Amino acid sequence: MTSKAVTHQATLPDQPSFGQTPSQTVGPFFAYGLTPTQYGYDWPSLVGPDMADETTAGYRIRIEGQVLDGAGVPVADALIEFLQADSTGRYCQTDTSNTRFTGFGRCGTGTDPESCFRFETIKPGVLDRAQAPHINVTVLMRGLLLHAFTRMYFADEEAANAADPVLAEVPSERRHTLVAKLVSQGVYRFDIHMQGENETVFFDV
Amino acid sequence: MTKVLNPRDWSSHPLYVDGGYRSTALRGPTRPLVALKPALSALASPVFGHDRLGATDADLTINGRKDADPLGERIIVKGRVLDENGRPVPNTLIEIWQANSAGRYIHKVDQHAAPLDPNFFGGGRCLTDSEGRYRFLTIKPGAYPWGNHFNAWRPNHIHFSLFGAHFATRLVTQMYFPGDPLLLLDPIYQGVPEKARERMVARFSIEDTQESYALGYVFDIILRGTSEAIWETH
Ligand SMILES: [Fe+3]
Repeated sequence: MTSKAVTHQATLPDQPSFGQTPSQTVGPFFAYGLTPTQYGYDWPSLVGPDMADETTAGYRIRIEGQVLDGAGVPVADALIEFLQADSTGRYCQTDTSNTRFTGFGRCGTGTDPESCFRFETIKPGVLDRAQAPHINVTVLMRGLLLHAFTRMYFADEEAANAADPVLAEVPSERRHTLVAKLVSQGVYRFDIHMQGENETVFFDV
Repeated sequence: MTKVLNPRDWSSHPLYVDGGYRSTALRGPTRPLVALKPALSALASPVFGHDRLGATDADLTINGRKDADPLGERIIVKGRVLDENGRPVPNTLIEIWQANSAGRYIHKVDQHAAPLDPNFFGGGRCLTDSEGRYRFLTIKPGAYPWGNHFNAWRPNHIHFSLFGAHFATRLVTQMYFPGDPLLLLDPIYQGVPEKARERMVARFSIEDTQESYALGYVFDIILRGTSEAIWETH
């Protein structure tokens, strides 16, 4: 019998070997599955548009807006997801009972007469990587086979926005599509244009 | 060395504007996406605790039941959520929604002239276990007509929503059934490049079929994986 040959532990090449499952549209009928409470179905939502309340640390704000198609018509069956840092600039996505603010919210545009989405939240802080306060936004709807990623910045953070490394990657003439307007004390307006002259910047992340 | 997320594989996903699926014409972005450096976009996905889920959330034959069993063919839909390297994606939320056996959604906007089932709701959710496994018990959804073109019918399908470990691994897709003749005619399914379409079709499994009770289907879902990479330094 020969002694066992010494084998080197082969390090597996860290190459993808399974193909990504393709994306499909969320379709027109997601509401009772993904946002049942908002739409009045008898099943509790896991996530809703009220991300913060009186007990949440930070500056309370409301963000509202419409999703507009290429003809400028508001989309009444879009689903918007927000993911943001807390007021100190930290992400705290873990949804446990001792974390009141998860930074994650969801709102469909089908319950408002003007097809607006509306989030109650707090203004996010500056991220440790020196990114201006912003919210990560995911856009899903019928007619969108692959969700779109964008970011929402705040008009009243001019200095921070000017130094933001992500905004710096965006052609200057399109940056305004990522900046929510301050419409009244604590209320911001962020419209998402899927197409057209003011098409919102979407990111490949 | 740090792990960075692999890019979205554009050869596996549909285009934003698709010639066959009419609603994409005014809704799909038309300008090139702006690429972000991984260091700027690295972000963990939301995490949901088991305590948030109801006891019957993954059993659609029960969670909408009023006074009788829902009508239709009972099925088990199970599988694993893996990344591109075959690593399990544990403790991630899966949400599903579907039509009833007659092809009718409970959604208030669905006007298809097929009956609602008073004992079927059509929404479900669960978390994957430590091996990335999940399992739903439900009713096989019916096909339904839609207005895309004359005599357009959606194949039987279940809508799936997943998060994965990263913000950018978010996936919303649809699971189809093997052998469905409508797949050849469906612009939503056909909108995916041909080589990747069958990844959305579940496999019938006699091993997972429960004797005298429910047919078994296996649907594995592959999310973007990570690779070793060196962070750029400034
Ligand atoms: Fe559907």
